[in-house]
Amino acid sequence: MTVPNSTADGLDATAIRADFPVLAEQVHERPLVYLDNAATSQKPRAVIDALQTYYETYNANIHRGLHALSERATAEYEDARARVARFINAEHPHEVIFTRGTTEAINLVARGWGDEYVGEGDEILLTEMEHHSNLVPWQMLAQRSGASLRYIPMDDEGRIDLQAYARMFGPRSRLVAVTHMSNVLGTITPAAELIQIAHQHDVPVLLDAAQSIPHIPVDVQALDADFVAFSGHKMLGPTGIGVLYGREARLDAMEPLFGGGSMIRVVELHQSSWTTLPEKLEGGTPNIAGAIGLGAAVDYLQTVGMPEVMAHEHELTEYALNLLSDLDGVRLFGPKDARDRGGVISFYVGDVHPHDVGTLLDAEGIAVRAGHHCAQPLMRKLGVAATARASLYLYNTAAEVDCLADGIARAKAFFE
Amino acid sequence: MTLEDLYREVIMDHYRRPRNRGTLGEANVVMEGVNPLCGDEIKLWLNIDDAGVITGASFDGHGCSISQSSASIMTEAVIGKPLADAHTVIADFRGMMLEGEAPDELLLGDGVALEGVRKFPVRIKCAVLSWNTLKLGLDEHAAGGGQRVELQHSET
Repeated sequence: MTVPNSTADGLDATAIRADFPVLAEQVHERPLVYLDNAATSQKPRAVIDALQTYYETYNANIHRGLHALSERATAEYEDARARVARFINAEHPHEVIFTRGTTEAINLVARGWGDEYVGEGDEILLTEMEHHSNLVPWQMLAQRSGASLRYIPMDDEGRIDLQAYARMFGPRSRLVAVTHMSNVLGTITPAAELIQIAHQHDVPVLLDAAQSIPHIPVDVQALDADFVAFSGHKMLGPTGIGVLYGREARLDAMEPLFGGGSMIRVVELHQSSWTTLPEKLEGGTPNIAGAIGLGAAVDYLQTVGMPEVMAHEHELTEYALNLLSDLDGVRLFGPKDARDRGGVISFYVGDVHPHDVGTLLDAEGIAVRAGHHCAQPLMRKLGVAATARASLYLYNTAAEVDCLADGIARAKAFFE
Repeated sequence: MTLEDLYREVIMDHYRRPRNRGTLGEANVVMEGVNPLCGDEIKLWLNIDDAGVITGASFDGHGCSISQSSASIMTEAVIGKPLADAHTVIADFRGMMLEGEAPDELLLGDGVALEGVRKFPVRIKCAVLSWNTLKLGLDEHAAGGGQRVELQHSET
């Protein structure tokens, strides 16, 4: 069984690979096989060029200069916001708040919204498969406020029990904070149903979309999401830029986390008033280059087409699951059926520790992640200290999955 | 950099047939070390007699081949040693792993086989986890004036 580089949906992985300079690199004298996309994605030339063009031709601060460079920088920064808003189908560009990444976006909600609306005895609903970035901020909020965390029942493959979930709501339910795609299991959660059920109880939902938005089409209005957090660097953009999407009314109701420049209307000696969205929540000079780079990344993804990206990864995931499950002694985590999941594949090879697997694969030029993936509670639930994880993206090919499978077989033989 | 630098035969032997693995019947220092970066855990039992000699050492835990073999090698290197000598061994090992100093083969025994781990910077933490845990345990033991020490989840 082979999967051609060009899939039925017209995504030509060979052509796409030519847009990513790093994919031509050699690692340990082998061609790089980059399968660590859930950690961070590689960057196309268009994104790298956007950063360089900003710094080389119109570098200036935004929203304050009266000169030409500042006007252009402001226009490009706001244009990037508008493009990101269109990409996720937000109703308004000012519902897109630029942050450093998913972690900052979630902390912004935990502080700016949570401190206002979550109090003693209130409940926040999570799952056991949350990344630490969608877990620790809520633990911190619970400690500050006296609220408690409740965990939505799910199986070992990350599939949520929707009926049990629906029964968890009560008068003290304040927020649901849940991943849209597990960074360990690859499981795609039924976000629309989760949100619909929460809204029946007037409870808002924050979606951690760090792993989903780079890989599948996400329409925040169709989902009816209240808050959505994601990172630029996992979707072909630069590091240090991410997004908090919030429905206008939700963001309006938030207090700013960062007081300082840009976010004020009038500053007096003893008090100040806040300006409107989005600047209210973006105190200080933002990551201008990062936002512009993210705008270029979004353009790139839209040119390829998110349905095509999803179809390509789905085909590749199915191929990888088939190939790896045929390997003797390899244990795969997450849903067996590729329909329920994205291209994040955690595995364990015989008794070999994932770090050893990672080192052996690296020696062959194959980059995977090994560790607890910032999801220690999930690791405990799965009964392992760590897993190895291969994660796919639009530029990966069936030939690379073959390399992975061969590498795993050799790693197993090495330790036997 | 070759895999043989990392997975030397001596290391693989300690990994496949770990020495002094499991609980120690009589122990007055019990330490747990964790590497929060990778989730590796090591538990260490020591018996230190009134004369200040390590009469027994054992370990348990889960981790990669490097962390497990390093712990096995370490127990062999310190059993029967007076505390002062054990500190010298620890310093020699840490000097080799963290500072790139030439090791004393007589002192470290099989521990010198771990020198190649230096070529794999992310794996250095795996190799020193048990040694850092041992050092912490000995320091706690000394600070407590020889009282029984039991520490959980110390980050090394």
